[in-house]
Amino acid sequence: MKHRKLFERTAEGLLFACAALSVLAVILITVFLFQRGLSLFQKVSVLEFLGSTRWEPTAKVPGYGILSFIVGSFYVTGLALAFAVPIGLAVGIFLAELAEKRSSRIIHSTVELLAGIPSVIYGLFGIALISTITRSLFGGSGYSVLSASIVLAIMTLPTIISVTEVSLRAVPRELKEGSLALGATHWQTIVRVLVPAARSGIIAGVILGMGRAIGETMAVLMVGGNAPLMPKGLTGMVRTLTMNIITDMSYATGDHLTSLFATGIVLFVFILVLNLTVQVALKRSMAATEGGGGA
Amino acid sequence: MKDASAKFDIAGLDLWYGQTQALKKVSMQVGANSITALIGPSGCGKSTFLRVLDRMNDLIDGVRTEGKVLYDGQDIFNGMDVIELRKKIGMVFQKPNPFPMSVFDNVAYGPRVHGTKDRRELEEIVERSLVNAALFDEVKDRLHKSALGLSGGQQQRLCIARVLAVEPDVLLMDEPTSALDPISTAKIENLLEELKRRYTIVIVTHNMQQAGRVSDWTGFFLSGELLEYAPTKDIFFNPRDPRTENYISGRFG
Repeated sequence: MKHRKLFERTAEGLLFACAALSVLAVILITVFLFQRGLSLFQKVSVLEFLGSTRWEPTAKVPGYGILSFIVGSFYVTGLALAFAVPIGLAVGIFLAELAEKRSSRIIHSTVELLAGIPSVIYGLFGIALISTITRSLFGGSGYSVLSASIVLAIMTLPTIISVTEVSLRAVPRELKEGSLALGATHWQTIVRVLVPAARSGIIAGVILGMGRAIGETMAVLMVGGNAPLMPKGLTGMVRTLTMNIITDMSYATGDHLTSLFATGIVLFVFILVLNLTVQVALKRSMAATEGGGGA
Repeated sequence: MKDASAKFDIAGLDLWYGQTQALKKVSMQVGANSITALIGPSGCGKSTFLRVLDRMNDLIDGVRTEGKVLYDGQDIFNGMDVIELRKKIGMVFQKPNPFPMSVFDNVAYGPRVHGTKDRRELEEIVERSLVNAALFDEVKDRLHKSALGLSGGQQQRLCIARVLAVEPDVLLMDEPTSALDPISTAKIENLLEELKRRYTIVIVTHNMQQAGRVSDWTGFFLSGELLEYAPTKDIFFNPRDPRTENYISGRFG
């Protein structure tokens, strides 16, 4: 009897410790990131840091403006989503509703495989194929906003596809039957009932994919060109926030090093805001579909 | 019932789910503007039979049907467009299944998918359908709020309104009150009396009193067979088969 109680206590304690550890990790990351990065703003104003495009950290009069990289991150991510969302939705719908069981299973596991490929391999693929294609089609070096976006789009596809598929499959069968029984076609049922009913899940998937795209480093580094300038159109080179950190990290010292931590803070805040947005959006849309709110 | 003007004429209907036979040589005629109740223990095939009539079983993998089902003299499996069929034959399900959208959009859903775009026309259809489903007064102030905020009984009447909006000819109801409280049930039963004047109604029910109260004809299913099919008062007071009597008096099932 006593023995069993002791076991229960220990197990509970152990699990709690694990939970506490993961919370601690988040706290530690936040604290150290801010501690190492914030001191930059004693020398450089926040406005200059975020609003200037002059990144010359090793010049006599150093410039620490990361606006080009913020724009680059959003440019590349936005474009990647513009490619990935329609395709991902289409594939998700196809897998959940239209594909036969066998082909659905095959495509599903292929997509999962896609999710497990290391990003450096995506980078190699981008260099070998994507940048070659964009170079021959649109000119320039091929290391560009466009190449980086395409590679990122392929990387975010698995997230969007599988979340769309899962959300659609989770829509109660009764809704589908209700629509079909009214004489709606399968396609009308998908567009007017199933996708709207799965909406909150799909949005969460897209934002998850967006988070992955903003945070991705290696693949974009390999195909983006990495010029520390404001990106000039689709074929221009681009440096994102992540690329900025990784490029200079190996040799930076002093304020330069601090500025990289500050870049990390900006990235961290962006991701945090994204995550919060998802959670709020999900709660809202759930409240809207469950109770009094209008639809 | 042997009637050339029957709404449905079903002859020798067999249905298999894979290897399992769910319906065995079912033959029956369903008269127009009447209420036909289908009763029987769980798993006897009555819901499956109901779903044959608007071909909802098409959605299930591995279902095979043999035999003839004529709707207004037309073979529903041959040369009949399933969309047209389902437009004519509405279905109300066991669990209320309003779409996660507003009350208005729920009712307007059918007309919209069938091509009605005019706002005023839609408003008319929605109001008329809600009135006919005895729901309008309860929801007229919240037409544009989510249907999921309605009570279970209101949701089920909304589903009936949604079906009426398509202007069907037949209403199929699969235990439409089994998830509802007695008051909501009474409301829907009264509604059936009203609806019967304009529609042919086939209702599956586990509730003997309900079958007795609302229906004109009753069919008793057992293990996939239509054991007995007769005017409701004959089934209840003068059943031919002892198994029917046992079931109705609650001795099994």
